[in-house]
Amino acid sequence: MSNTNAQTKSVVWDWLTTVDHKKIGIMYLVAGAFFFALGGFEAILMRIQLMFPEATFLPAQTFNELLTMHGTTMIFLAAMPILFGLMNYIVPLQIGARDVAFPFLNSLGFWLFLFGGILLNLSWFFGGAPDAGWTAYVPLSSEYSGTGIDYYVLGLQISGAGTLIGGINFLVTIINMRAPGMSMMRMPLFTWSTFVASTLILFAFPALTIGLLLLMLERIFGATYFAVASGGNVVIWQHLFWIFGHPEVYILILPAFGIFSEIIATFSKKRLFGYSAMVFATLLIGFLGFMVWAHHMFTVGMGPIANSIFAVATMAIAVPTGIKIFNWLFTMWGGRIQFTTANLFALGFIPSFVMGGVTGIMLATSAANYQFHDTYFVVAHFHYVIIGGVVLGIFGGAFYWWPRMFGYRLNETLGKIFFWMFLFGFHLTFFVQHFLGLMGMPRRVASYLPGQGLDEMNLISTIGAFLMGVAFIIFVVNIFVSMKNKETSGDPWDGRTLEWTIPSPTPEYNFAQTPLVRDVDALWYEKYEGEGSMKAAEPLGDIHMPNGSILPVIISLGLFIASFGFIYHDDGWTWVAIVGLVITFGSMFVRSIKEDHGYHIPVDEIKKGGK
Amino acid sequence: MAQHGMDPTAPLTGEPTKKTRRKLAKEMRTQLIGFGFMIFLTTMAFISIASDEIPSGFAIPFILLLACIQVVLQLYIFMHLNERGNGWQNIMIWTAVLIAIPTVASLMLLLGIVKY
Repeated sequence: MSNTNAQTKSVVWDWLTTVDHKKIGIMYLVAGAFFFALGGFEAILMRIQLMFPEATFLPAQTFNELLTMHGTTMIFLAAMPILFGLMNYIVPLQIGARDVAFPFLNSLGFWLFLFGGILLNLSWFFGGAPDAGWTAYVPLSSEYSGTGIDYYVLGLQISGAGTLIGGINFLVTIINMRAPGMSMMRMPLFTWSTFVASTLILFAFPALTIGLLLLMLERIFGATYFAVASGGNVVIWQHLFWIFGHPEVYILILPAFGIFSEIIATFSKKRLFGYSAMVFATLLIGFLGFMVWAHHMFTVGMGPIANSIFAVATMAIAVPTGIKIFNWLFTMWGGRIQFTTANLFALGFIPSFVMGGVTGIMLATSAANYQFHDTYFVVAHFHYVIIGGVVLGIFGGAFYWWPRMFGYRLNETLGKIFFWMFLFGFHLTFFVQHFLGLMGMPRRVASYLPGQGLDEMNLISTIGAFLMGVAFIIFVVNIFVSMKNKETSGDPWDGRTLEWTIPSPTPEYNFAQTPLVRDVDALWYEKYEGEGSMKAAEPLGDIHMPNGSILPVIISLGLFIASFGFIYHDDGWTWVAIVGLVITFGSMFVRSIKEDHGYHIPVDEIKKGGK
Repeated sequence: MAQHGMDPTAPLTGEPTKKTRRKLAKEMRTQLIGFGFMIFLTTMAFISIASDEIPSGFAIPFILLLACIQVVLQLYIFMHLNERGNGWQNIMIWTAVLIAIPTVASLMLLLGIVKY
């Protein structure tokens, strides 16, 4: 039987055991921001090394480790978790739900990600970080690398399991927990893009899991999937990695597209132009994302017909993406545009991302790709789409949803300084890299010779990287400086969607009464056609809540411990692996047999406005 | 504190309604016909291998085809994918098939010795 009240807990214990989607979202954001700062620091170290020709700031081995860890950290431990944080906090609010479908799994997903990330980064202290690039191509990673790659394999395996769990959770939540009246075609675009991105996670991550498993068996247990001498095939790894890796970039960019759709509609004071075309384009991008992976491998020798097919398929993605760009422009057309910081990020995104898209089409031209491949042109391209798309989206979303998530607004003046400095620094860093690449500077090199026309542009690029670093520090300062600007209104931007219908700070049960949705932009509809606030779909009553649990931490900790057993298996550490797995499966067993029905928040407390 | 909902583990009491009975009869018929058809498909597969008359060049693709038909039918008849309320399961399964088939097919071509 369930308790009437939750037990009182200390702050630390509360956060360790929480299954509340809002707290888990914030933990994702904090952990993601930490790894973002770490990955940024690694990038700045690399740019210092490349500032002048033949610099000796870093040894080449350290440079290789930095470039690997920068890529891996930014993709798996920064961009995805921060997006997951926003999804976790916002999606249940946007669909009028009280939590995600599986709160316990949500917590498990977060802790798996965090322990995986910590494991990966511990490699710095135990024999050197992975050094084979974030793509970890075999045989470099299988035969010519140290224990760093073992940390890479197991760290990504653990955090990948967390991501997969999170993705499935979002799918079930969005399918089953929408408020009455919210059909699929009334969902806000951020929820839609979360849905499609989660589908991509569901179908793409298994390929990574298998790839990593094969690499682990090869490295730790002497299998020969990739060993050519024993009849293996090295190209299989590249295929498996990119079958996952290409959908992965859409997993990153689609939620950012969703964020911009929310921001642009809100700050243009207009309904999103071409809502159904936007949804359709999102689905199409998601589907085509699976059909183009081999465009990362044009120079591997697949043959001209295969290259052409993948080139054409890749160019096809420009069509739905173009539809989205034009829809954003038409949303703004004739709107009353407010230049808030969040909207500046959306406006800065459009030209920046289009530039990245155009170089994408250039790279997709398979014949020309032989020239571009593995040069700084590629580096410039993917930083334009990832920073110009995903990172601007994350910052825009942070400024937009900050009052919702933390109960105060970020300072607009500091925000605008941050925006311009970041945008300027970003273009300064990466625009010149297109030309460095066209002049033949290969990527992933620790140094270059003077007098080859590369000196000035490398210096400019490094100055841009410093600007981005300073801009990020201003953002962090902004977080602390703005804390006093308490936001009492739940709807600071005159919002359109359900997350702005609840009081600030967000009560732990989200909605005292599940709202009734009557249109896309549910809140906007009530403001202009109804009485200004949401109609309730249910009477006020006790609210059933799940109990917190420490088990997700213990399950993840067990896998973390077991990983050391696998990595040092040759040194007789097998027993550590067994201990770790016993902890994991033991706590899963406890979870299975222990009955836990949650508790209820009584009506009186809800009437008082919650805690 | 209010009791939330009935006990779902309580045994059902009383007779089924006429509508339910008709539905169950129809369900039983579908299951039996489906079962008979599955046995027929399996027999065909067995015969195509057991008989020396049929060359293996025909038998192998034929069996694979029968296997695909049988998987789909089993999902719909025995795993109840054909019933109402399973729309999302259908969407996700067929999306996965739609993605997996071109991926695996092109991967097999790309990894071969022959270059296209």
